[in-house]
Amino acid sequence: MASRRRILIGAGLLCMAVGVYVALQSRGRMARGPAAKQHSVAPDFSLPQLNGQSLQLSAYRGQVVLLDFWATWCTPCREEIPHLVELQNKYSDQGLAIIGVSMDDSPDPVREFYQQFKMNYPVVMGNADIGERYGGVLGLPIAFVIDRDGRIYAKHIGATEASVLEQDVRAVLAPQ
Amino acid sequence: MTFLKMTSSKWEFICAAVLIGGLAAAFVPGQALGQATSIPSSHLINPEDLVKIVQAAKGEKPLLLQVGSYVLYAQAHIPGSEYVGSVASEAGMQQLHRHVDSLPKNKFIVLYCGCCPWSHCPNVKPADDALHAMGFTHVKVLYIANNFGADWVEKGYPVAKGQ
Repeated sequence: MASRRRILIGAGLLCMAVGVYVALQSRGRMARGPAAKQHSVAPDFSLPQLNGQSLQLSAYRGQVVLLDFWATWCTPCREEIPHLVELQNKYSDQGLAIIGVSMDDSPDPVREFYQQFKMNYPVVMGNADIGERYGGVLGLPIAFVIDRDGRIYAKHIGATEASVLEQDVRAVLAPQ
Repeated sequence: MTFLKMTSSKWEFICAAVLIGGLAAAFVPGQALGQATSIPSSHLINPEDLVKIVQAAKGEKPLLLQVGSYVLYAQAHIPGSEYVGSVASEAGMQQLHRHVDSLPKNKFIVLYCGCCPWSHCPNVKPADDALHAMGFTHVKVLYIANNFGADWVEKGYPVAKGQ
């Protein structure tokens, strides 16, 4: 009986260890940034928001912008949204403006998602052109942290820990 | 002392709970979300192998179907591949059926997406399942570990843009 117990506990602990390892590995592969093209000026754009009004990136000059390329069908993107909502709440007074760029094919699921997740920052509908101007958005999510002068401070490809994004945001919010 | 005096059935219950918890921790991260990790390895094809097939002078060329987002397809796709759309949606699944309805069941088909890291792709597994359910016997899924940009475009493999 005791040996059966030991085997069961051992197997359980081994599975847990494997699970934690897999989760950490997977997360590590996805978080790759900051990457190249740091300090270059973020390409300006004017794109339609979900309410139909256009949003121009250059209008946010003077603020720190977190530009998040995402899609409703992208699981890691969805997982990041609540953290972005939290970041926006926490740092909007200090000058953070998060802008979501949806790479969905149509705005309908984005509108639904926006309501469901109580998103508190503007979302524009992206296209291939903006993807190319930002170096190719050929995998999601991709987040750019843009400083108050409109320069790219960091680029994060793949799911990124909220704490990493927050660290970047705090770094560029600081020197005002 | 009370802890040590537990009956053997209680111990077995605790052991079983630890085992189930461990199994869940081991398998949930990779499979619950995108399911692509549960595609049998015999269904997969690596980018380098596909490039060889596509560029070979002889041999059967596959029908390449992109089952991801149009915005991603418009930026970069495998030359000659057809856009189907995200089959995670009902509309995309219908498109997939329309693309293959009239084809012979032994047609060589390669599905790909590359929207997200493999373990999170919501598209390739449903597409693979659908084609097999329809009776297609020669279907491969392109294994894209990270995303289409990192694992295809940046490797220098052939790329086309636009529609």
